[in-house]
Amino acid sequence: MLKVRDLEVKYGVILAVRGINMHVEQGSLVTLIGANGAGKTSTLNAIVNSVKKSGYVEFNGKDISKTPTHKIIKSGLALVPEGRKIFINLTVDENLRMGAFNNDEQFETLRAHVYEKFPRLKQKINQMGGTLSGGEQQMLAIGRALMSQPKMLMLDEPSLGLAPKIIGEVFEIITELKKDIPILLIEQNAFAALKIADYGYVLENGSIDLEGKASNLLGNDEVRAKYLGG
Amino acid sequence: MDMQIFLQQLVNGASLGSMYALIAIGYTMVYGVLRLINFAHGDIMMVGAYFTFFAKAAGLPFEVAVLIGIIGAAIVGILTDKIAYKPLRDAPKISLLITAIGISFFLENLFTVLFGSTPKAFSAPEYLTKIFHIHGIYLPISVIIIPTVTLLILAVVLWILYKTKYGMAIRALAFDIQTVKLMGIDADRIIMIVFAIGSALAAIGGIFYAISYPSIDPLMGIIVGLKAFAAAVLGGIGSVGGAVVGGFILGFTEIFVVAMFPELGGYKDAFAFFFLILVLLFKPTGIMGQDLERGRF
Repeated sequence: MLKVRDLEVKYGVILAVRGINMHVEQGSLVTLIGANGAGKTSTLNAIVNSVKKSGYVEFNGKDISKTPTHKIIKSGLALVPEGRKIFINLTVDENLRMGAFNNDEQFETLRAHVYEKFPRLKQKINQMGGTLSGGEQQMLAIGRALMSQPKMLMLDEPSLGLAPKIIGEVFEIITELKKDIPILLIEQNAFAALKIADYGYVLENGSIDLEGKASNLLGNDEVRAKYLGG
Repeated sequence: MDMQIFLQQLVNGASLGSMYALIAIGYTMVYGVLRLINFAHGDIMMVGAYFTFFAKAAGLPFEVAVLIGIIGAAIVGILTDKIAYKPLRDAPKISLLITAIGISFFLENLFTVLFGSTPKAFSAPEYLTKIFHIHGIYLPISVIIIPTVTLLILAVVLWILYKTKYGMAIRALAFDIQTVKLMGIDADRIIMIVFAIGSALAAIGGIFYAISYPSIDPLMGIIVGLKAFAAAVLGGIGSVGGAVVGGFILGFTEIFVVAMFPELGGYKDAFAFFFLILVLLFKPTGIMGQDLERGRF
């Protein structure tokens, strides 16, 4: 579904991502874990060309290495950005409308579907995005991404800044989504991510340090020592 | 001040305020999406008036000439963005600002070289220049038409911003351009729409100006543009409603202060900047402005 080859991201002279290779198969949940500053967010942003990069990216059989961001999204690859980035000055409903910008006809159906999945949002249709709690914003961000009827979903640190109870809810949602759509999940919360993932990559200083089946990584001593607290 | 004079000044103020408001909307909308004070905006108003003038001089009916002026200004506005501002999307904001000032000088001098610096008489059809005398009030029909059209336009702009998906995208863009792209939206196209709307409104303001004064020259946009900018800041830059409120406050103040203190007439252009300084000192977000980082329209 998604193939990444020799991906590099430079900020000035600093090499944030140093030639990584990864792929996400149809029907799988793949996680990219690593410490703060390892280059996880840069990797996702580079895939959708939100930051300058070099390397090759293929999505759904097509080369998207040089495709502008909005066209990549239109072709069916959705990204839920770090920090959720809800349009705080737009209502919940308007946020969803923006997610379906290129999907006028299905808007009503998709919206009904999102409200069914996230009933808490339905009670706040006309509230400004900025007034929602962190957990609600995360649900709205995921719902907004689903409004484009994506073929694949990328989630950037969905647990960031949320209370432990809410994190549990978010991971349940992701587990649900996994049944319908391939997912690339980026997480600092390595344990939770590996538990629901099929395959994992461990990013360190901009390079893939380790990769393998998620269950194997969970049992790996190095991973345990570094990311799972022993 | 007796009632007649008061009413007289009220209609004059509404008419002048409308022009400031129309131009201020463009300043505020472009600022909302690009965080750019588009100093060339006043000159777009001039461009609109010139296109109208030449279309009329070519023998076209006034209404068609107005349409050509509006569309012509919109195209020039879009071109300034595509040619001058778009390559600088990732550059520091100060580069963008300096470029805007450059575009402003360029347009002023281009029109001076092409068409000369002497003002050209602008004649509007009779139905726009008719004058009524009601209870001693001197009432050119334009002072009724101008504020009415302005309020109608404001209603349309607000409808676009709040009821259409393109308007929502304009407001979303005021919050964050990267996230707008993540919605599969071509942000450059939305910015183009903003320039088109802002420039079209500036052209309408320019045509109103030309009808009221009634002449045009290549530098007509400078002082009006700067005052409209002051109006946008007064109302709260980034807020369309604020731009209109600021425009009207400025129009009324200018007219009334001069009416009450004729000896201050020579300073009337200074009021706008006096307001600007006060606002910047005491309430930088203006009357209706929100915290800019929250990107409110």
